[in-house]
Amino acid sequence: MTDGGATLTAAEAAFLVAAADTIIPADELSPSGSQCGVVDFIDRELAGPYGQGVRLYRDGPIVKGKKEHGYQLGLAPRDFFRIGIEAADDWTRATYQKNFAELDEAGRQAALTAMETGKAAFENFNAREFFEALIAIVMEGFFADPIHGGNRDGAGWKMVGYPGLPADYRATIEPNRGKRLDIVPRGIADRR
Amino acid sequence: MVTRLKETDAVVIGIGWTGSILALELAKAGLNVVGLERGAARRPDKDFATPEIRDELTYAVRQKLVQDPAVETFTMRHESGETALPIRRFGAFLPGMGLGGAGTIWNGLTWRFLPFDHQLRSRIEARYGKSAIPVDMTIADWQMSYDELEPFYERFEKLCGTSGKAGNLRGTRIDGGNIFEGPRQSDYPNRPLTQSQAGALFERAAKSLGYHPYPTPASTISAAYTNPEGAVMGACEYCGHCDRFGCAVNAKASPNASVLPILLQDRHFTLRADSFVTQIVYDKASRKATAVRYVDMNTGQEFEQPAGLIALCSYTFSNTRLMLLSGIGTPYDPQTMTGAVGKNYCYQVTAPQHLFFADEEINPFMATGAHAMNIDDFNGDNFDHEGLGFFGGALIFAGPTHGRPIMGRALPPGTPRWGRAWKQATAQWYNHSFSIHASGASYAHRGNYLDLDPTYRDRLGRPLLRMTYNFRDNDRKLSAYVAEKASGLAKAMNPTVMGPAQPRRGDFDVAPYQSTHNTGGTIMGADPKTSVVNRYLQSWDADNLFILGASVFPQNPAHPPTGAVGALAYWAAQAITTRYLKSPGKLVSA
Repeated sequence: MTDGGATLTAAEAAFLVAAADTIIPADELSPSGSQCGVVDFIDRELAGPYGQGVRLYRDGPIVKGKKEHGYQLGLAPRDFFRIGIEAADDWTRATYQKNFAELDEAGRQAALTAMETGKAAFENFNAREFFEALIAIVMEGFFADPIHGGNRDGAGWKMVGYPGLPADYRATIEPNRGKRLDIVPRGIADRR
Repeated sequence: MVTRLKETDAVVIGIGWTGSILALELAKAGLNVVGLERGAARRPDKDFATPEIRDELTYAVRQKLVQDPAVETFTMRHESGETALPIRRFGAFLPGMGLGGAGTIWNGLTWRFLPFDHQLRSRIEARYGKSAIPVDMTIADWQMSYDELEPFYERFEKLCGTSGKAGNLRGTRIDGGNIFEGPRQSDYPNRPLTQSQAGALFERAAKSLGYHPYPTPASTISAAYTNPEGAVMGACEYCGHCDRFGCAVNAKASPNASVLPILLQDRHFTLRADSFVTQIVYDKASRKATAVRYVDMNTGQEFEQPAGLIALCSYTFSNTRLMLLSGIGTPYDPQTMTGAVGKNYCYQVTAPQHLFFADEEINPFMATGAHAMNIDDFNGDNFDHEGLGFFGGALIFAGPTHGRPIMGRALPPGTPRWGRAWKQATAQWYNHSFSIHASGASYAHRGNYLDLDPTYRDRLGRPLLRMTYNFRDNDRKLSAYVAEKASGLAKAMNPTVMGPAQPRRGDFDVAPYQSTHNTGGTIMGADPKTSVVNRYLQSWDADNLFILGASVFPQNPAHPPTGAVGALAYWAAQAITTRYLKSPGKLVSA
């Protein structure tokens, strides 16, 4: 499932595999999230500059703002997910007596729904904010260019019909206006 | 320890659109010009090369070419009296940083403003009465008419090679162009781009309702082109990687593609990149800006560059912030309505609506950033505002700017956001949807302004700029009205599913992307008490200081601002090179 290991602990990887496979379950449209490399993607992103909080203003004072102030925690994404995953597992253990990864699919769906709708009350962490960050990074892993470790074999792109690169439609835009373009998607690594 | 450098003729702060245009005009006039750019010295052949540049994650999601908020961000509050908090990640708007500035990462929308927009206050008063404008609506006329600026609009379009279709050629209205535009002396340099399926659907619907659709004036150009400066551009590939990206084929006009190839060869011009300006040194007694202080961001060394002429050409926010940090002019006070620096900060009032068509293949990925069909029927004063309770209007348009799948996956209302049902809906609708947009004017309000934050600081320890901003009564009423008109158009396209109209109802939110059309703060005017620059964009407080960019707009019309930003750069450059250099001093007496 994951060759991971750049920064994620085993417990974090287990949580993320379970989350990615609940958000993107395997079916006739694509393999599951983790089968598509989503957890490898997250591992690499959180280990790299993004995870370390590059391009994030982190100075204090850290004050809880209005919703319209956007992200105000000042935590770099690596720390955000460390604390968030721990808080989520604490909550599922308190609520369902199991870590999130140990729940069956219906249980994982119920737990994620509770986080999404704000019904889950994590201790010292905002469940809804955690859910939004989680679904965002899972989607990035499913749809980003395969060079980043996710979207294996262009699975996310194939599911929607996004053709990837080279993205030169100078000759096709006119003849293909209103007509489906059936081509196998290629990524950056295929075009180098 | 500040190292004082040898005096030069001119310093230009910020090498984006306005800075590169002005620097080239000054260099042509024989001045030795130093260009200070706070970000990196990007080169298209190296930094915007395919395939790496067409990477949604790196450039669109992680915003590699956008201003780095860890270096400098802004704080936001909705009203005076609240505590502002820092924008920790950019979302609502994306200022540029690095050689080319926001001009590197724009979409190429190259409008002229309407003649009405240039004379806003006097036209409204003439049509609706002297007392029609609310006291809190601090809108003002521009200091030059559309006709006066027309040759400079044209010059910027020729620099960009803009693709489009004239709708008013020397007073003759032309169907298929924007018949509401002011008279043009010449057509666009290039023919319109090839239309998208979404554009075709919008055009048909708009015609059926008696409106006047026209293609976006696009500086993502339809054919290879050599501009008057000699810069060579390619034809657009419709790759769908414009906003947030550099262009790999030089088809999107930008300082990097259109000006810098010439400017960087000019022996009169010296570029200093990674040079973050901290202050304009101001001598109040002589009313002159004498030098510019900056920090080399690689070494941390501080320099002072004396110059005869100083041009502030950074983004709207940085222009205002540098004036405040340098103590030039009087900061605006919303209570007393005195002072002018930071006044009339305006934005854009946007209202998108998602549409879904079971039987139409949209191919959203075959697109450019400037690829829509538009109507001006509800823009400016092109419709009667009597009894509506607001002034201004919106540009209404449709046509995808990209099909990048991390960020572009709209779904019908009520669809789950994950799981099997989400997958099915995403697979079903990705290629079958697009949005209709109403991009509305933002008129100045007494309570919307910019000043220095008392708490939060940038990487060099200087106060961040604080934005006090919210949507006001005019914005909300305007937004509700134009969103309804857009919905009418949407209905006429006969979609299978129509998402809800989303007029601006709540408070300004820094997270979801809305527009990088931020204006005001150093506005032009006829009175030094209520404006920062005169009609030639010369500071009222220092004759040798000029301020270029959308920071001089008294308010923001509905059309995107870059065409006017470029036109004003040429307008100021001409005043400087033909008048100021011959006889330095005030170009306008007040």
